[in-house]
Amino acid sequence: MAAAIEVDGLIKRYGSLAAVDGINFSVSPGTVFSFLGPNGAGKTTTTEILEGLRKATEGEVRVLGLDPWTEGAPLHRRIGVIPQDFRFFEKITPKEAIEYYRALFHTNVDPHDLLEKVELADKATSRFDTLSGGQKQKLGLALALTNDPEICFLDEPTTGLDPHARRAIWAVIRSLKKEGRTVFLTTHYLEEAELLADEVAIIHHGKIIASGSPTEIIAEHGLPSRMTVVGSPALASYLQMNLGAAAVVEDGKVSITLNDKHDALKILTAIEASGLPWTSFTTTHDTLDDVFVRLVGQMDEGALKTEGAK
Amino acid sequence: MKLSHIGADFRIVSRTYFRNPVALFFSLIFPIILISLFGAIFSATGSGAVSLVVVNQDHNPNGVGYTNESVAFLQALNATTLVKVSVVDVTPQNFSNYLGQNGDTTGLIIPAGFENDYLAQKPVNLTVFTNPEDAAAGGTVIGAVQGVSAAFNLHRVCGTGTCAPVIGFTTANVGSQVYKYIDYLIPGLIGFAILTSPMFSMVDIASSYRKDGIFRQLSLTPITRSEWLTSRILWYVALTFVTSAIMIGAGVLLFGAHVTLTLGLVPFLVVGPFFFVSLGMLAGSVARTPESAALIGNIITFPMMFLSGTFFQVSMMPAGLQAFARVLPLYYVIDGMNQVMLFSNTSRAFTDLLIVLIGSVVVFLLAVRLFKWRDE
Repeated sequence: MAAAIEVDGLIKRYGSLAAVDGINFSVSPGTVFSFLGPNGAGKTTTTEILEGLRKATEGEVRVLGLDPWTEGAPLHRRIGVIPQDFRFFEKITPKEAIEYYRALFHTNVDPHDLLEKVELADKATSRFDTLSGGQKQKLGLALALTNDPEICFLDEPTTGLDPHARRAIWAVIRSLKKEGRTVFLTTHYLEEAELLADEVAIIHHGKIIASGSPTEIIAEHGLPSRMTVVGSPALASYLQMNLGAAAVVEDGKVSITLNDKHDALKILTAIEASGLPWTSFTTTHDTLDDVFVRLVGQMDEGALKTEGAK
Repeated sequence: MKLSHIGADFRIVSRTYFRNPVALFFSLIFPIILISLFGAIFSATGSGAVSLVVVNQDHNPNGVGYTNESVAFLQALNATTLVKVSVVDVTPQNFSNYLGQNGDTTGLIIPAGFENDYLAQKPVNLTVFTNPEDAAAGGTVIGAVQGVSAAFNLHRVCGTGTCAPVIGFTTANVGSQVYKYIDYLIPGLIGFAILTSPMFSMVDIASSYRKDGIFRQLSLTPITRSEWLTSRILWYVALTFVTSAIMIGAGVLLFGAHVTLTLGLVPFLVVGPFFFVSLGMLAGSVARTPESAALIGNIITFPMMFLSGTFFQVSMMPAGLQAFARVLPLYYVIDGMNQVMLFSNTSRAFTDLLIVLIGSVVVFLLAVRLFKWRDE
């Protein structure tokens, strides 16, 4: 099946600054693709190029087989977009906004159904300027769905929202996927990407530094899993002697690397056999967040060292 | 252009407008305040010196300038402070028509040979035009001309004997309607509304919608820039009709204004907003920030607001300013409305309309071309 989005060697320059510096990726239809990166990494620029709002300096971009910049009109009938910090006519209500879009797109969508879907039906007749941040974002989402889009572009849809509003938006994103739509989601909440995305690309300084499914990225770039036991340095020495594993003691906790899941059982058996006091244990795995912070940190450090060497 | 897109956007604009108390105040209440204020100030004070339009046919023999005596006569008239002389270049045959079309109620013709005859003490006859409907102005002008003629006659006494007065005058009627300040004020203030309402709001919209990303949002829908701008134009046309009706009603009811309500007014109420909505959009589009947009908007709007015949007739302004007024688009809108509402001069109204229409098409196309709703 042809990719929903195909990006090949995309570059966007502003003067001498390359905001996007030669990136490649593709998004399969019906999947949730999450584009991650710190602020200023090039996420929004890339997204806007895909939406046809900005012109690429170099490279090939195809969305549903169309060139977003030159074939914007046919493309916009097939995609839905919520920009970052969605704004609309202040005195207009969500119901009227959807009626407006419905007239522009010539569709028959029922405003009430759409507002139900994004959990905004109770605010159908409130003016935009009286809506909260989360409600405004939900309206943006509803408008993006007015034309029954094949791809939804959501640019940081949950930034600044409270946990409840954020979960409501997540529920909508899950239902979009269930309906077979492709979702292109930019976010800087790693948890969001890990929960929702099939595929993730991490962009930093205009370059993609990691890509794949969240599990693949963690497996490739994450640290091994660890078991942490609350216990004494004596316990650490005992485990090191009996298991031959490196045990690190920090703040009254003993931490040991787990190479596979059977290691956990061996460690627990050894602790029991030692007769030394211990209270509780936890096992920890790297999250996408840990990987992201480490990758971005390493890259920045590397950049600083390179600059320092000059 | 799709009518359904324009209609959908028109509904958005009208709702936005009706839900904005400030906008409603400025389009519905403010016109009445303006009419009342200016009508009261200027109707009550009277106009001081009577405006006297003069055709001076007494040129110097070489054809350059006017003879000393004729100029001295007009200066003497001005010096009475009863009248304020303005000289126009019109043939005597067309003079009465000219006065009628410009709403002037008094006029004076100084014939060729005035100086020669006067110095040779041969009788010379001036013609004074007055309008029976404006007897006060007519009386003032006749009194002033009589007084100055008497002084000139006395100046050239014939030796010791008495001789017949040299300068005399006959009177003729101006067949025109007598216009009051309020009559000019109504087309002037309709013009004022046609200018200010769209200019201020479109300049603001052009920059604030760009800043808030609303244009980007619209660029992702099937509506085109020309459809969007057309919907705004139609809205301001509708608003102009309402505002004009309010102003005409207030002028007639409060001050007994005299206006001819003719279909000829309609094209001006359509083309005027067409021009200024487009111009506002153009001004807002070339500016980079809302602040500079407001500045550009004000630079364009303020001179037009005062110098296009809004509050004061252009013919009352100094010659330099009159020439300047003629490059202002609003001048042609207001002049055209004066022609159809007061003077029933359709040919001049048509010329005015044509000028504004051509200007509108040019500015509309420029605005659609220059206002971008996405970045490169």
